[in-house]
Amino acid sequence: MDFFLHLLVSGLSIGFLYGLSALGFVMIFKSSSVLNFAHGELLAMGAFLFLALVTWAELPIALAFLLTLAGCFFLGFVIERLFLRPLIGEPLIFVIMLTVGLASMFKGLLLFIWGGNLHTYPDFLPEWIGITLGNISVPPVYTAVLAVGTVFLILFGLFFKFSSQGIYMRSVADNQRAALSLGVHVKRVFALSWAIAALVAGMSGIVLGVINGINVHDLSAIGLKVFPVVILGGLDSIGGAILGGIIIGLLETFTGGYLSPSLKDVVPYIALVVILMVKPYGLFGLKEIERV
Amino acid sequence: METRKWTFHPCGNYRERYDQELTVFETDFGRLWAVLGLVLLFGAVPFASSPYFIHILNMTGIAAVAAVGLNILVGYTGQISLGHGAFVGVGAYAAAVLATRWNVPFLAAVPAAGLVAAAVGMVFGIPSGRLKGLYLTIATLAGQFIIEYVLVHWESVTQGTMGITVPRAEILGWSIGSDRSFFYAIYLVLAGMIWMAVNLMRTRYGRALVAIRDNDRAAEGMGIPVFPYKLLAFGISSFYAGVAGALWAYYLVSITAEPFNMGLSVEYIAMVIIGGMGNMAGAVFGAVFITGLNEILRFVTEVVMNMGLLSEYGLNIAPLREFTFGLAIVLFILLEPRGLAEVWRIVRSSFRLWPFSY
Repeated sequence: MDFFLHLLVSGLSIGFLYGLSALGFVMIFKSSSVLNFAHGELLAMGAFLFLALVTWAELPIALAFLLTLAGCFFLGFVIERLFLRPLIGEPLIFVIMLTVGLASMFKGLLLFIWGGNLHTYPDFLPEWIGITLGNISVPPVYTAVLAVGTVFLILFGLFFKFSSQGIYMRSVADNQRAALSLGVHVKRVFALSWAIAALVAGMSGIVLGVINGINVHDLSAIGLKVFPVVILGGLDSIGGAILGGIIIGLLETFTGGYLSPSLKDVVPYIALVVILMVKPYGLFGLKEIERV
Repeated sequence: METRKWTFHPCGNYRERYDQELTVFETDFGRLWAVLGLVLLFGAVPFASSPYFIHILNMTGIAAVAAVGLNILVGYTGQISLGHGAFVGVGAYAAAVLATRWNVPFLAAVPAAGLVAAAVGMVFGIPSGRLKGLYLTIATLAGQFIIEYVLVHWESVTQGTMGITVPRAEILGWSIGSDRSFFYAIYLVLAGMIWMAVNLMRTRYGRALVAIRDNDRAAEGMGIPVFPYKLLAFGISSFYAGVAGALWAYYLVSITAEPFNMGLSVEYIAMVIIGGMGNMAGAVFGAVFITGLNEILRFVTEVVMNMGLLSEYGLNIAPLREFTFGLAIVLFILLEPRGLAEVWRIVRSSFRLWPFSY
């Protein structure tokens, strides 16, 4: 029973992390229908920026955190302006391959500066925010993640529901041309959505770095884990991303715990194929897939 | 009997019959160059180049076989696949298992490996019946990871991480172990595969695939059964991947699952895009470009390392390769999305039209 509970808790927390890392991905898809294969590298960019600010520049944690978020926001903006704007209206494969190329570029850059080794942040979380439930203790990192994640989640939900920019984003994702003709500034929406997505990615990168340490290869692998998560939740649903993340996280830990540790890494993708065959638009996605 | 008229200079796009539209060579000039190229390729190149250069040429040829296959799927049918590297792996393992377990000779093992890969490819092409575009891309991505996992963990067949050592290739008792004799094997296969692909695209099947790429609903309306044709495209492209994988296994003698990862799949897609989608010559250009780029980068990093610069960073080839590779993809997409084939066409026509710009 303890083993089960242990798996449950670690599955839930890993799943929540997956969901959180998927947020930025969903953000980009929701506003521009672009699948971002460079998402893992965006996470890594945020994590390493924070690392640089904390260890090299030795800034206080709070300031470094805010500066990282600002830096990621700017980075997303630059990426959109330099690489994605020229591709508005081009065929899908070019956009997908562009993000694949960007992923490769970023990864090379990060490897060049930091190498492929594991780095860690200095300890900065106080012990008292950890929770102990009977035999199972939840480390402080996870409670902090839960708090930060929930705040971001609520903020984004409100942003998309009520703010004018959020509504523009949804309209652009739904139909670019119609949005244009109704006077939505589509270019600004794209720029903003990439900037916000990079910001969210940076935040998730820091969180992942605090928990598992920062390593270019691991973080970019998370970028590929995001696909099963968002397909399960529905590509354009924020709540779906979180729920999908939790389901995939649980699936992964239980497979790892009860079946075989090596199967753990591939089971999300098996689930992905099954989901695509059975319910391609996911749990909460819009049913807009065309059947052939 | 009508005497054949040799044409060396095209006069515009004036065509009277459908078979004129379908010709592979518009003028006899092109035909002449193709023959000359083949003669040089087989007669002069293997003797004029160093063993190292032949090795690079061989790897290029193998990559080109796979890229031509992927081009049929991506460039002509419009289905993006991120699992091509895994299918090459399936072909390599199929050839290795056939050769070691059942002593299947080289000549039979290569096409058999192609067929095995085609079967696997069609299984992973099944989602294309319900999905398009983004979703299909993700499905093939899942295929990549699943196949990689199976290759490593199905130990009774693939011997896990140890890999398989493939026996020396023999054709009718004639051993082809050296780089040079392999050059002939690889490039004969490549020439045959390109010939097949080019001609496939001129048949009704090829035209149906192009119709699906251009507008699948219209294609369906015209009576093309879309799903079977998509599966067919997956099968054909995986067949090419399997043949490439079999050549890879025989040429490099020992194989492990390691090289057939996501990075290889991306490399193949990059070949198709950089070369030019929907252009057979483009796939070959792309293969040459990417393999050449890899070699140049390896050379550059070696030089930099020997000069002692940057040694405190522990610089190795991986980051530089990764970065340049991504940069090449990004620049081609932004600046010349139709790839090297288009560049080649522009160069050719500017020679032909000189001194007039149009």
